[in-house]
Amino acid sequence: MVVMKMKFPFQKRVKLAQGLWLLSWCATVAGAITFTLGCILKTELRRRAEVMDNSDIHVVPNTLMIVGLASLGINYFSSKICQDALDAGRFPRWKKMLKPYFAVSCFFTVLMLLAVIMSFAMKGSLESSLKVGLRNGIRFYKDTDTPGRCFQKQNIDRLQMDFQCCGNNDFRDWFEVQWISNRYLDFSSKEVKDRIKSNVDGRYLLDGVPFSCCNPSSPRPCIQFHLTNNSAHYNYDYQTEELNIYLRGCREALVHYYMGLMNAIGAGVLSVFLLQASVLVSLRFLQTSMEAVAGNENTEIETEGYLLEKPLKETIMEYVEPVMKFFLLTNQVEEGTPGAPAST
Amino acid sequence: MVLMSVKFDLKKRVKLAQTVWFMYWFAVMAGVLVFSMGLFFKIELRKRSELMDNKESHFLPNLLILMGLIACAINAFGGKICYDSLDPNKFVKWKSMLKSFLVSCMVFNGLLFMTALLCFLMRIPLQFTLAEGLKNGMKYYKDTDTPGRCYMKRTLDLMQMEFRCCGNDNYRDWFEIQWVSNRYLDFGAKEVKDRLGSNVDGQYLMDGVPFSCCNPSSPRPCIQNQMTNNTAHYSYDHYTEELNVWKHGCRDAMLSYYGGLMNTIGALVLLVTILEVAVTIGLQYVNSSLSTLANPEDPESESEGWILEKTVKETFTDIMATMKSMGKGTKVEEGGEAAVATVS
Repeated sequence: MVVMKMKFPFQKRVKLAQGLWLLSWCATVAGAITFTLGCILKTELRRRAEVMDNSDIHVVPNTLMIVGLASLGINYFSSKICQDALDAGRFPRWKKMLKPYFAVSCFFTVLMLLAVIMSFAMKGSLESSLKVGLRNGIRFYKDTDTPGRCFQKQNIDRLQMDFQCCGNNDFRDWFEVQWISNRYLDFSSKEVKDRIKSNVDGRYLLDGVPFSCCNPSSPRPCIQFHLTNNSAHYNYDYQTEELNIYLRGCREALVHYYMGLMNAIGAGVLSVFLLQASVLVSLRFLQTSMEAVAGNENTEIETEGYLLEKPLKETIMEYVEPVMKFFLLTNQVEEGTPGAPAST
Repeated sequence: MVLMSVKFDLKKRVKLAQTVWFMYWFAVMAGVLVFSMGLFFKIELRKRSELMDNKESHFLPNLLILMGLIACAINAFGGKICYDSLDPNKFVKWKSMLKSFLVSCMVFNGLLFMTALLCFLMRIPLQFTLAEGLKNGMKYYKDTDTPGRCYMKRTLDLMQMEFRCCGNDNYRDWFEIQWVSNRYLDFGAKEVKDRLGSNVDGQYLMDGVPFSCCNPSSPRPCIQNQMTNNTAHYSYDHYTEELNVWKHGCRDAMLSYYGGLMNTIGALVLLVTILEVAVTIGLQYVNSSLSTLANPEDPESESEGWILEKTVKETFTDIMATMKSMGKGTKVEEGGEAAVATVS
C-alpha cells in the first residue's frame, strides 16, 4: 500500500528536477538565515543575562543554530542529488546514501518544528527566570563594593533606562529594599536612625526610587524621593501622577520584548520549515520516480513516484527497529542460549 | 601622441568590457550607499534639529542624496553600454553619444570630489549652530507648557542620557539658568523667595542638575541637588567626586559625534569618487578600442585603446580653441554684416 502515488512522464520529471534545484538553493539560503536568527536571539539573551536566573531559555537559540547548520548541509546535498538525478550514469552512486539521508533530514526538520513550538511555549520559563533575576538585581543594587556584584547598580540603571521600566512588578519594589549603601548613610542623624528602627531587619527603607526610573517625558523635574507624600512637593498628587516615573515593571517589559522577538523569529522559522519539508517531499518523489527508470534502456518512459512504499506506521517501525534491536537484542540472545541447553 | 595607449585583441577587449561591466555594478551599489548615507545624515540632523535652533543647513545631506541618485543612473547607463559593447551591432547605436556621456561623467566625478571636500569643511558652521542651539535649548528646558517648546525637556534629557554629557560646556551651565518651571514652585515658601531674591532677574537658580545628568556607573545613588554643598550629603566632596554626574559638555559630545559622522561619510565619498574615475577610464578604453579596429569589417582584428587621443596639453589647447571659435562665431557674423553695410 504505497502512500501518495503520482505518475511522472519524462517532461514532468525534468521539470521536477529543475524546480527542486532552485528550491534547494532557496532552502540553503533559508537555512543560513535560520542560523543567523539563532545567533541574533542568543546575543540578545546574553546581553541581559545578569537579570536572568537560569539559562533554560537558551535552548531555543541553540536549537535554531544547530538546525540552521544542518539545513545548510541537507539542502546542499539535495541540490547535488537533483543535479545528478536526470543523468542515469551518475544517479546510482547516491543510492546507498539516500535512506540514512532521508532519516537524518526528517529528524532535523522535525527538530526545526520543535524549535518553533518551544519559542512560543517557553514564555513561562522566561518569566520565572526574570522574576528571580530581577529580584536579586534590586536586592544587590547597593552592593557596589562587593566583588561579583559591583556592576549590578549599573546594569539595573541601564536596564531601567533602556526598557523604560521601574522595579520588578512596579516601582513599589524599590520601597521594600534598601538600595542605598550603608557607606553613604550618616548613622548619627536622627532621620536615618528612625528609618532603621522602623522595620524588623534594621534596613534603611524609604519611599523613593533611583534616578533611572525617571521618565524624561514628564513636564516637571523628576520627583524621586517622598513619592507617597503629597505635601512634600508643591502641586503633586502621587495617585494621579502618571508621567513622573515609569509605571511599568521591568519583568513585564523584558518578557514583552523577548516574546516579541521570539514570535517574529518563530514565524520566520515556520516558513523555513515549510520550505524544507517541500524540498524533502519533492526529492523523495524524484528519487522514487528515477528508481523505476534505472536499468531501462529508454530513459524517457513514464514512471510512478510515491512518498512511502509501505504505510506510515510500518515505515517508522522499519527505521526504529534497527535501533531497538541494537539496544534490546543483546539481552534476548543471552537469555535464550542458557535456556535452550536447559530444556534439552 | 596618445596618452597611455594599450594594444587590444578580441579576447582582451571582451575581458575589458566584462571587467568594466562588473565594476559598473559595484559603482551602482556605491551610488546606493551614497544615497543611504545622505538619508541617514538627514535623519540624524532632523532628530536633533530642536537643539540646533532649527537653523541647521540641510544642504549637505540633500546634495549627497542627489549625487547618490545621479550616480546610480549614470552607472546603470554605463553598465548597459558596456554590456552592449560586446556585440558590435548593438554598440553602433551608442557610438555617437559616447563622447558626450564621457564628458558628463568627468563633470560628475568633479562634483563628487567637491562633495567629499564639503563633508570635511562643513564641520565649522555646524559648530556654531550647535553652540547657539544648545544654549537656547537649556533656556527652554522648563517651558513644557509652551507650544513649540514642550518637547525640549524630553529632547534634552534623552540627548544627555544618550551622549553621556551634561550642560553646554559642563554641568555648571545648569546653575546659571532656571530649569524648574514656575508651575512647580511654591511661592509661599521661604526658600523659594530667598532664591528669587538672590539674583537680578528674579530667577529660581539652584546648584542642582536634572536627573539625565546622572552617571549610572557611580557607586552611590545620584546626587542632583545641592551639589556644591559638601555638608548637605554624607561623605561627599564635590571637588573630588568624579562619577556622580557626567563630566563632558554636550556641545563637545555632539560635535565629535557629528564630526565623526561627516568624516566617515567624506572618506567613503572619496572612495566612491576613485571608483567612479576608474570606471570612466575603463569606459574610455572600451570606447577607444572599439573605434580603432584595424579592419572595421572584422571584429577579431587588433585595435588600440587610449585615455586621450593627444597629450594633455594639446587636448587642453584644443578645448580652448573650440570655445574661442564658438565665441568668434558670433563676432564673425557681426563683422560680416558691417562689411556688407560698408560696402553697400
